[in-house]
Amino acid sequence: MHYGGKIIIGLIIFIGLLLSPFAFNMGKAYKQPKLKLPAKEKKCVESLEFMRTKHMQLLDEWRDWALRDGKRVYVNHEGKEFEISLQNTCMDCHKNKADFCDKCHNDAGVSPYCWDCHIQPEGLK
Amino acid sequence: MKQNRRKFIKFAGAAAAALCVAPNVAKAASGGHAAPIMTNPKGLSAKRWAMVIDTTKLNTVEALQPLIDVCHKIHNVPNIDSNQDVKWLWPGSYEETFTEQLNPHLDDAVKGRAYALLCNHCDNPPCVRVCPTKATFKRPDGIVAMDYHRCIGCRYCMAGCPYGSRSFNFSEPREHFTEAELKELDPKFPTRMRGVVEKCNFCVERLAKGERPACVEASKGAMYFGDLSDPESEVRQVLRERFTLRRKPTAGTEPSVYYII
Ligand code: HEC
Ligand code: HEC
Ligand code: HEC
Repeated sequence: MHYGGKIIIGLIIFIGLLLSPFAFNMGKAYKQPKLKLPAKEKKCVESLEFMRTKHMQLLDEWRDWALRDGKRVYVNHEGKEFEISLQNTCMDCHKNKADFCDKCHNDAGVSPYCWDCHIQPEGLK
Repeated sequence: MKQNRRKFIKFAGAAAAALCVAPNVAKAASGGHAAPIMTNPKGLSAKRWAMVIDTTKLNTVEALQPLIDVCHKIHNVPNIDSNQDVKWLWPGSYEETFTEQLNPHLDDAVKGRAYALLCNHCDNPPCVRVCPTKATFKRPDGIVAMDYHRCIGCRYCMAGCPYGSRSFNFSEPREHFTEAELKELDPKFPTRMRGVVEKCNFCVERLAKGERPACVEASKGAMYFGDLSDPESEVRQVLRERFTLRRKPTAGTEPSVYYII
């Protein structure tokens, strides 16, 4: 085989580079981010499971209901009423966007564009 | 199984009938689930909201300034010192306001007034017709509303509006607030971002909670607000008693904003 040694060395380097991310992360278990939950409140708008997996769909429906249907009160599964508002409801409990929404989102690699317009509870600088 | 023509037609007929019924059965089985939402019982509602502005009382730039300030403050509208300014409520001269009702010998008092200009919330809004994403739409109560989430910034609505009631965000609006202003923003309302159009919303977010529009509240009785379809409403009463004009009647847009002259 022409250049056999070089090809094999090249292949070994290539496969080594290919596998390096796996080697680098080996042995480390995924740790869920530590979220800062509201101090005074016990319950979210819906169940923890629902919020964790479906809050984006809920927010999407909320904005259509508030703006397009003109209905700004949400009734949850327990019959409790909430004003439909990102800034005035969600962020009134979750007063710390950086240690709640952002922490989870940074971890999951999502960056919702909502805050280009909506004002976070920390305010603008 | 032996197939023949008769059997096939019978089967096809039954299948077609089942197809007609199936969606309704499915709907009935799911209990006709409705969205878990309602309007705030304290909210104000109307068949068609309208505004009447008494220009015999409210007619100088100085008198309009507090109304503009409160509107722009609660809606986080920046002040940009150029032709790229964003306006929800602003003063206009007689010529700018009533372009079709000019005459060379007009009463100086009427001609010299400053008029409060804002979105006319037309009954027949051209901006709604041209919007390709339905970001701007007419609510059942007559308010021409905007859903900023859908605005793609094409600016057709600005070309369509005969009143110049719409402003485009040529740059990030947040960059036009001073540091002090940024701290003073209304935390209850969003700002907008570069690339969307915006305009007066007749304070829908206040009406939903039972509050009248902010400019009307600040006008010390020089602005009337109410349901145009109700003969007993304050707007209908004042329209019966006083002479009023609307802007550009020949455009056929049927504005909901009236000016007492
Ligand atoms: C009444 C206060 C309150 C409001 C309003 C509220 N939350 Fe929550 N939220 C909580 C509490 C308390 C928890 C923790 C619940 C638990 O541990 O069972 C929580 C949990 C969550 C979680 C899951 C966190 C996790 O640990 O996985 C998400 C996501 C969330 N909220 C998003 C939202 C969004 C989006 C809104 C607005 C639609 C909202 N919340 C409105 C109080 C609130
Ligand atoms: C438990 C972790 C967690 C918390 C806490 C959390 N999010 Fe999320 N969020 C996610 C994940 C994961 C996604 C992406 C889901 C996907 O792409 O399917 C997401 C997506 C979103 C989206 C849609 C983004 C897009 O680009 O489509 C919005 C809006 C959103 N979150 C708002 C919020 C707000 C507001 C809060 C704080 C009140 C919050 N989230 C808190 C995990 C979280
Ligand atoms: C272009 C600016 C802009 C962006 C980006 C934006 N919003 Fe909004 N949003 C607004 C404006 C303006 C309103 C109208 C507020 C009102 O009428 O009370 C609004 C209203 C809403 C409402 C209902 C009323 C309220 O007070 O909250 C919800 C819910 C909402 N937005 C969610 C979102 C979410 C979730 C995102 C990100 C995925 C987002 N918005 C991105 C401008 C924006």
